[in-house]
Amino acid sequence: MELCSFLTLDSFITDPLTHEFMRKALLMSSLVAAVCGFLSSYLTLKGWALMGDAVSHSVMPGVVVAYALGLPFSLGAFIFGVGSVALIGFIKQKSRVKEDTVIGLVFTGFFALGIVLVSKIKSNIDLHSILFGSPLGISLSDVKQTIFICLLVVILLSIFRKDLMLYCFDPRHAKTVGINVFFLHYLLLTCLSLAAVVGLQSVGIILVVAMLITPGATAYLLTDKFDNMTVISVLSAIISSLIGIYVSFWFDLETGGSIVLAQTFIFLFAFLFAPRYGIFKLKKLFAGYK
Amino acid sequence: METINYQNFRIEAENICVDYNGKVALYDANLRLKPGQICGLVGMNGAGKTTFFNALTGFVNISKGKIRINGESVRSAQKDQTIAYVPQNEGIDSQFPVNVWDVVMMGRYGSMNIFRCPRESDVQAVKDAIERVDLTDHLSTPIGNLSGGQRKRTFLARAIAQRASILLLDEPFSGVDIRTEKLISELFIQFKNEGKTILLSTHDMIHVREFCDLVLLINKTVVAYGETSEVFTPENITTTFGGISPDFLFGPES
Repeated sequence: MELCSFLTLDSFITDPLTHEFMRKALLMSSLVAAVCGFLSSYLTLKGWALMGDAVSHSVMPGVVVAYALGLPFSLGAFIFGVGSVALIGFIKQKSRVKEDTVIGLVFTGFFALGIVLVSKIKSNIDLHSILFGSPLGISLSDVKQTIFICLLVVILLSIFRKDLMLYCFDPRHAKTVGINVFFLHYLLLTCLSLAAVVGLQSVGIILVVAMLITPGATAYLLTDKFDNMTVISVLSAIISSLIGIYVSFWFDLETGGSIVLAQTFIFLFAFLFAPRYGIFKLKKLFAGYK
Repeated sequence: METINYQNFRIEAENICVDYNGKVALYDANLRLKPGQICGLVGMNGAGKTTFFNALTGFVNISKGKIRINGESVRSAQKDQTIAYVPQNEGIDSQFPVNVWDVVMMGRYGSMNIFRCPRESDVQAVKDAIERVDLTDHLSTPIGNLSGGQRKRTFLARAIAQRASILLLDEPFSGVDIRTEKLISELFIQFKNEGKTILLSTHDMIHVREFCDLVLLINKTVVAYGETSEVFTPENITTTFGGISPDFLFGPES
């Protein structure tokens, strides 16, 4: 790969598209990013970043067991994801240990179990691709599964979009007007587990939490309207994932890391220059020139 | 003893107890309110005021006792949009990306379809409610840019839009400007005439005398309950506040 080969923007973009695996990677990662970005608005507003981290790490043993038994990996991941949350709730209620400690304790425990299982179960599980993602090497059965999960999450979030927003904003009011907050709580957790499962293919278990919080945090700095926040979050997630994959292709970098790094840079840009909430409020800068 | 006709009471709480993981927050509490009554809920921090509200809205389950709202269960009261809760300003995330219109529209969610698509009648209810709290100029202002008083009025408008017959207000007068205070007191008179029942918690003793027909003094359980003129005595207040003299509580201004 020679640097001069992408001197024109045109070939920078089109060259990778000639490869089948790149087309697939770009498409799948964008889809996954969009889903995670959609969910991200809710998680950042609900303050569930740590919960996102916990669930995404806890799915590890589920993925390993599912692979070993020949089951869909999403099933195993889902069971362990929801299981970890239930366990966190149980330990918190039955002991005097503080919540953040319990969360940290449970998810590292699950994660460690996953790593031990990988070393024990004789199979062709690629630890590296679970930990760091492998969007370029995604198999056809994984593609089908991913598309199915993504559609499911998008449909669920779309139907309960406003209820979830109300649940994040004022659960007490939601309950008072007869909305089932118990259901919404577990709906959000279910979507979180599912998004973590598809997200880990793109960027791996370790970084998947970034997909679940960074786009939402970026959007939060850029708007005061919830609907706009969702749109911005989804767009920034898709753009980061495209940038990440292209950059990783041309410079031969780890793909998952590149995607997350692109998200981080977009966040930093918003942090510095967001019109209203940025450090150097862009509006004011422009106003100065008028 | 006379037989109780539940239909006469909007709120009927009988010997209710609430505990959180074995810690008792409220026990043997009773309350009966009729349409058009305004009742003040007075007690120290941690005396169970919020817990009482939570029990009435069904946000926490009671471990003992019985609650009837308009003669029905709390659950059907939720379905019927009977109770509206107006939170303390501190109780909500003011940085949440919603504007005045969005918040007031939330009052209609319970009676909308599953996608929460506003109908013409919902839009009208929201418009009317916002007009009544005098925020028509701030329809699309994010709640983060409102003053404390404006934010309080926004949540009052949500309760109005909900068309609830019972209003629970958590510290309605804390951190609000004179204009909002005046508007709230005018609304109280209107609510009373409409036959709504109001239960409000407050730290401010003056407001109790000014607005409340009845007062409920609590300290984990009911210390005293009845007509404000009879019950709101220095002795009762001192008992409620764990032996602190009312002179200290009322402050020099009163």
